[in-house]
Amino acid sequence: MSQQNGTIASNVPAQSADMVVENGVPTIISAGGVNVMSGEEKLHTISILVENRPGVLARVSHVFARRGFNLESLAVSRTEDVTVSRMTVVVAGDDEQFKQIGNQLFKLIDVIKVIDHTRDDLVGRELALIKIRIENAQMRGEITQLAELFRANIVAVDPETVMLEVTGKADKVDALQKMLAPYEILELVRTGLIVLTRGPKQT
Amino acid sequence: MDGAEALLESLKREGVDALFGISGGAILPIYDALGKQQDIWSILTRHEQGAGHMAEGYARATGRVGCCIGTSGPGATNLVTAITDAYMDSTPTVFLSGQVHSANIGKDAFQECDTFGITMPIVKHSYLVKKSADIPRVVKEAFHIARTGRPGPVLIDLPKDVTEGMLPGEYEYPESVNLRGYQPFAPAATEQIEAAAKLIAEAKQPVLYVGNGINAADAADELMRLAEKLDIPVTTTLLGRGAFPGGHALALDMLGMHGTAYANWAIHEADLIIALGVRFDDRVTGNPKKWAPNAKIIHVDIDAAELGKIRFAQVPIWGDVKTVIGQITEKVAPKKHEVWNGKLAQWKKDAPLTYEKTGKLKPQFVLEEIARATKGEAIMTTDVGQHQMWAAQYYNPKNTRSFITSGGLGTMGYGYPAAIGAKVGCLMGHRPDTDVWCITGDGSFQMNIQELATGVLYDIPVKIAVLNNSSLGMVRQWQKLFYSKRWSGIDLAKCPDFAKVAEAYSTTGITINDYDEVADAVRAAQKDPGTVVLNFLTDAEEDVYPMIPGGKTIHDLVMDGSGKTVPVGGMKKEEVEAMVEVLETATASEYAGEWNDDLKSGQQKI
Ligand SMILES: Cc1ncc(C[n+]2csc(CCOP(=O)(O)OP(=O)(O)O)c2C)c(N)n1
Repeated sequence: MSQQNGTIASNVPAQSADMVVENGVPTIISAGGVNVMSGEEKLHTISILVENRPGVLARVSHVFARRGFNLESLAVSRTEDVTVSRMTVVVAGDDEQFKQIGNQLFKLIDVIKVIDHTRDDLVGRELALIKIRIENAQMRGEITQLAELFRANIVAVDPETVMLEVTGKADKVDALQKMLAPYEILELVRTGLIVLTRGPKQT
Repeated sequence: MDGAEALLESLKREGVDALFGISGGAILPIYDALGKQQDIWSILTRHEQGAGHMAEGYARATGRVGCCIGTSGPGATNLVTAITDAYMDSTPTVFLSGQVHSANIGKDAFQECDTFGITMPIVKHSYLVKKSADIPRVVKEAFHIARTGRPGPVLIDLPKDVTEGMLPGEYEYPESVNLRGYQPFAPAATEQIEAAAKLIAEAKQPVLYVGNGINAADAADELMRLAEKLDIPVTTTLLGRGAFPGGHALALDMLGMHGTAYANWAIHEADLIIALGVRFDDRVTGNPKKWAPNAKIIHVDIDAAELGKIRFAQVPIWGDVKTVIGQITEKVAPKKHEVWNGKLAQWKKDAPLTYEKTGKLKPQFVLEEIARATKGEAIMTTDVGQHQMWAAQYYNPKNTRSFITSGGLGTMGYGYPAAIGAKVGCLMGHRPDTDVWCITGDGSFQMNIQELATGVLYDIPVKIAVLNNSSLGMVRQWQKLFYSKRWSGIDLAKCPDFAKVAEAYSTTGITINDYDEVADAVRAAQKDPGTVVLNFLTDAEEDVYPMIPGGKTIHDLVMDGSGKTVPVGGMKKEEVEAMVEVLETATASEYAGEWNDDLKSGQQKI
């Protein structure tokens, strides 16, 4: 039945190079075996390359939502290829659950590739914009100093507020946020983590 | 050519010869085009749910992609149950839904609903078509996705302007699809086949546990060769009925909650389980950690996500089950399991399926008579409830694709429309000269009874056996067993007279009260060229046994209403409990490591 019209033979394309296979079974995690069961929750960072089409984000996020996963962060953007979007997801879960998620994502037709970064040498960055209320010149001076310390940019200033732009790993942004706690943060927004692996290896 | 004509032309290219559905505002262009052609049999149903299950029945009986259509809004939402059903049971189907004019989408227009969004979690894939010109490509992809890999439902949502609009150029049907994100499966790794062969060679008490994958892949012949070469007994899941013929010396019949005692005992004592096209459903395994406690597992499936999902498999094999069985059969040396099979033969004698043929008419007797009269050669569809379990127990289909039931979703109202769909498949020449029977209950039948009009109008003869116990029997059984007979919401006492209902739909109905009327009624139904409703008034007190209550183990298996458990060989209850504790504390990577050492060479990139 599945071979009707000869479609199979003509349609198992070379895209299989994108897939990691262990013991003949596709997998996105490389720890310990094909079907790993262990109960430890940890943070996983994965990149998902998808067709740049309507509905894809909903399909992908549904795979997580249905299993009760809370996304720690999610960033979606265009890539070097206009037909491809890239999602970077940080999610907490044990290896077994995570393996399930990977397998279910892999099944979505619009998902081209799923990459687990657990073992990768990564460059990861996040960007935050932070708007702070300024009461006097002294306060503006303190904020400016803090910004220098964190290599954050001051991207907007008016008599009542200052806006900082900071880029870095999540913990750097966390640290700046902590240092700003004594001031009145009016608004704050973070992009969520984006990552690429170092070196010539393509993800 | 307009979009609607392009749609029908594309369906034809995919081999669609019957389209089940109901028209409406948003799909008027498609119905207009349907009326102007002869190649596709347009079957008007009485409810879109019926149309959906007909498409499923057609697909399950023939192996071809079933296709149905509903209009926007309520037409589409009425399809949702059938889409979910097809998703759960991996039935290759394409659902067409109308959508409001593109310009009105998102504006709460009349009969607008977000069909694409509503169905997203229950489809293998879906499309909202934007341009008439996209129709041929979308249809090509949809059918490819529906029928390849693990089959499933694909939805195509078609705005009215898209089907009304003209194609900008000549109609052209694509030769192939280009879906870089879709790999239905890959050839199984040789190392995995070798690992499986090694386990098989070592096994003393192996069992083949097979399911819908065998039917879906048309692999029944391959399965038979494997089982006979290795002399390994075979047990089938509910959806796997017909994958291996009942009555064969190696047949253990159905396993699981209402499976045979001998099948479940065999699983319990097995040292190797060869799981083919199955997903370790909870109605089969009860408690997967305590199920088959002694067994290593070889798990073959076309869906990689099933491997290790419920139960760790020492040898997981991703691939087309038909091909993989062939590869394994070639690799293994013939074996004999005389001791093991001797033991099983004894169990079959000691604990067969039984019931007491006294008092009010027993439903099992009816099924035995139907099985005898049809010689197991008919296609049987069922609804959901006690009658479904009895049908699975007492009807042993000779052929693959001959037991069609809603397993994963358990949809009451599935049986009769599915039977119509299956019969349409027969009438279109895909299963010539095959009778179709529908076994239903008085509750389930009433969920899609209106399709009698469809069956009678188009002369699609189905023999319907209603096992009428004047109640929602399966729910009643659970209330009896687990809620101290506190009856609640199960009484169907004021059922319509189904024989008269049949007459009202201009067809034959017969009511059967007692044992001695059964055979004659069944024969009369077989002889009658049309649709026949057999209304069997059966004993409401009769319950389905054997039974392993949900989440429980073989040690809780009861043979009859007295609730007595029976002694089981193999691991004792306490031993199983103790083992599960050890398993839970051992890290899985250790467990996996043992195998990976052997299989290191199998690590590869394809
Ligand atoms: C659509 C739907 N609603 C409810 C149920 C729950 N349910 C399972 S079996 C059953 C009773 C079925 O009664 P009937 O069709 O008369 O069959 P019987 O068990 O009496 O043989 C019910 C209500 C279901 N499976 N499907």
